[in-house]
Amino acid sequence: MTHQAAAAEDTGSHSSLSRFIKSNIREYGMLLSLIVIMVFFQIMTNGTLFKPLNLTNLILQNSYIVIMALGMLLVIVAGHIDLSVGSVVGFVGAVAAVMMVQFHIHFIPTTIVCLILGGAIGAGQGYFIAYFKIPSFIVTLAGMLVFKGLALYILHGQSVGPFPKEFQLLSSGFLPNFLPGTFNSTSLLIGVAVTVLVIFFNFKDRQNQQKHSTAEEPFPFFIGRNILIAAGFIMFSYLLSSYKGLPNVLIVMFALIAAYAFITSSTTIGRRIYALGGNEKAARLSGIRTERLTFYTFMNMGVLAGLAGLIFAARLNTATPKAGLGFELDVIAAVFIGGASASGGVGKVIGAVIGAFIMGVMNNGMSILGIGIDLQQVIKGLVLLAAVCIDVYYKKKS
Amino acid sequence: MDTILAMPILEMRGITKTFPGVNALDNVNLTVREGEIHAVVGENGAGKSTLMKVLSGVYPHGSYSGEIHYKGEERRFRDISDSEKLGIIIIHQELALVPLLSIAENIFLGNEPARNGVINWAESFARTKALLQKVGLKESPSALITNLGVGKQQLVEIAKALSKEVKLLILDEPTASLNESDSDALLNLLMEFRRQGISSILISHKLNEILKVADSVTILRDGATVDTLDCHKEEVNEDRIIRNMVGRELTDRYPKRDPKIGDPIFEVKNWHVFDAIHADKEKIKGVDFHVRKGEVVGIAGLMGAGRTELAMSIFGRAYGQNISGEVRMHGKPVDVSTIQKAMHNGIAYVTEDRKNYGLVLIDDIKHNVTLANLKGVSSNAVIDDGRELAVASKYRKDLNIRCSSVFQQTVNLSGGNQQKVVLSKWLFTEPEILILDEPTRGIDVGAKYEIYTIINALADSGKGVIVISSEMPELLGISDRIYVMNEGRFVAEMPAKEASQEKIMRAIMKSWED
Repeated sequence: MTHQAAAAEDTGSHSSLSRFIKSNIREYGMLLSLIVIMVFFQIMTNGTLFKPLNLTNLILQNSYIVIMALGMLLVIVAGHIDLSVGSVVGFVGAVAAVMMVQFHIHFIPTTIVCLILGGAIGAGQGYFIAYFKIPSFIVTLAGMLVFKGLALYILHGQSVGPFPKEFQLLSSGFLPNFLPGTFNSTSLLIGVAVTVLVIFFNFKDRQNQQKHSTAEEPFPFFIGRNILIAAGFIMFSYLLSSYKGLPNVLIVMFALIAAYAFITSSTTIGRRIYALGGNEKAARLSGIRTERLTFYTFMNMGVLAGLAGLIFAARLNTATPKAGLGFELDVIAAVFIGGASASGGVGKVIGAVIGAFIMGVMNNGMSILGIGIDLQQVIKGLVLLAAVCIDVYYKKKS
Repeated sequence: MDTILAMPILEMRGITKTFPGVNALDNVNLTVREGEIHAVVGENGAGKSTLMKVLSGVYPHGSYSGEIHYKGEERRFRDISDSEKLGIIIIHQELALVPLLSIAENIFLGNEPARNGVINWAESFARTKALLQKVGLKESPSALITNLGVGKQQLVEIAKALSKEVKLLILDEPTASLNESDSDALLNLLMEFRRQGISSILISHKLNEILKVADSVTILRDGATVDTLDCHKEEVNEDRIIRNMVGRELTDRYPKRDPKIGDPIFEVKNWHVFDAIHADKEKIKGVDFHVRKGEVVGIAGLMGAGRTELAMSIFGRAYGQNISGEVRMHGKPVDVSTIQKAMHNGIAYVTEDRKNYGLVLIDDIKHNVTLANLKGVSSNAVIDDGRELAVASKYRKDLNIRCSSVFQQTVNLSGGNQQKVVLSKWLFTEPEILILDEPTRGIDVGAKYEIYTIINALADSGKGVIVISSEMPELLGISDRIYVMNEGRFVAEMPAKEASQEKIMRAIMKSWED
């Protein structure tokens, strides 16, 4: 039945199918690469990768990278770059530590102040970039030094910790189980519910496309993609549930991913950011306030870097002057592996998230295999180069 | 004069060059004799610059058909360095100097007197000094280009040409941005070169200058050679050249329209604009004009007259600084100080440079069409895909945009269809005044006709349309009224019925003489 429907749908137009594959090979390719990398490490590590404990760790380790990749995607789509995020992570974490540990301020006001601080840092840098037209590379390079220095300064070169229990929950907490049994069935149920929701929206989207007869994705592809998503999600939540359940940070991360995917694909501000990066002059002459938009993009990045700083500090349970060192590289690499263009205007949230997980799985897998940090960096660098080369290759071909 | 007996140094025979959809040059012949100043004239878009690019190797052998004979041999230039080696040097309208390097560094750029990669500065400065003396420029070889005026920069370019032992110097509109005395100095220099046996090709709109120095004149029109006149054998005057330049008949290349013109809806008063970079340079020097309901108003002028600057400065100060003057809509002054405010007051500006200023080329038709009015397809800042698609499809149909679907990237569209996408974008903002800057530049005849039809429909629906165009027949064909602009001023105004290309050209020439 589905087969017939599919056949009727693409009415034997072989060219439209091949065109579809050509224009979407990047996205399918990305997902496929992630799966291949996962399977590879799953085999190489004799199944350690997908052990519930390791999977949980993998998420905790990557959450802050993924969260920052969301902001970085917007920055890069707008045609800019932000090198300061690693230092901002360290600085905000340090401020949080000083506030909570040395001044005994409650964690809620501390969190709010830290997010505002992150936003202010982003806004400050965005101001120079948007209104003074100083290249973002330079402004954020300066920011990188400034905030690294400030973190050292307020910590006096020492580590500050530990944090109050409630604050640590941000990173080490799990969704409590409201149902009987050691298995976290609540988490599994939520996982299933989210899966159903995602599939439901996919179908609704497709229905909408069909109404306007713009559905390009062949039906078998659509079904296959959804089955894959459902299987992945459910397996994922099952594995997590069999350990401690869904980590709090995963829920935050998931909500942010959903929000940013929606903003970039369906709102006017998202559309304007793509236009800004695609052709700033044309965007400006179309009545888009390009300066203000650039400013907001950096402010948003600052807030997310602040959040990442809190999560990272909570995870280590201490603020160190070295926190966040080199994070900007992982974040930027994730966005580029995810298919964003360095010249702006191109890139997707889901790509950046997959990119971050490719980096994360490689980090995790190689660590389990006992590959030294030296070789890890070499391999990660080569993967980044390869991903961008593939991009350029396909762009030339089409 | 013995130039009559001189041998040709250059013969270009049957040069044909096509771009996708446009025949830029069609069987063009050009013969330049040794030691003469040969003027090439024609309207904007007649093919002068393309011809020079073929000659200098910018368009390499094989990308055009026809033959180039230079110094008695057929030449097949692969790039500029091939032609430069033989002494053919082109000086473009936009000077190709590096602003923050010195005169000496610029003159020997890429050709430095050096040994094993180490530059001999003493030699380069000494040679520069000698060259500057030849062109009559009293500046130190170490002066930076950015500190020189345009006239002096022009002389540096010529000195650079001399350093390469020029035999045939090509100057593209060399006096366009020069004042009277700089222009005279330059023309005298050309005559001095003639005495030394250097041939020149001079491209210029200023016919009085051409009559002063040229030995012969080749006239191009629509990419074809119309005539070559020998100034020593026959009586050559401005009238004769102008008639040849514009001589085509107006047939029904323009759709008929029965204008219903109402009251003025748009007025600009005493508009002054200063250059975006050089605050002391006045670009628009007090312009007054108006547009009536249902009227198509043309603005004629040569390149550099300030038409684009005028339009962009009105459109939310997108160009210039220290802007003063008043804009009125329906008799009431309106604020056009930002692009958003100008759009809000019903003004739309369709750029002359659709690739750089009009389209997001990597994006699809749909997104480009709605970009200037996302509010029109969204509610609470969330875009309604269905509504957006409907809008894009409507304009695709109405404007006959030829594409595989509205999801096609605009980079893959032809010039005419790209222009229709830009037009759609601005039509969707529902403006009252539409300023079209060179709306048919670089698009083929068929698409031009369609654009004219759209312009007529807009005027008929009660909007005011301003068309800026360098193609005079086009302005005469579609406008109801024409303003002539030159050097930042409106120098004439005429109803299109009474206007002619000769009249427009004379108005421009006259303003130079005043």
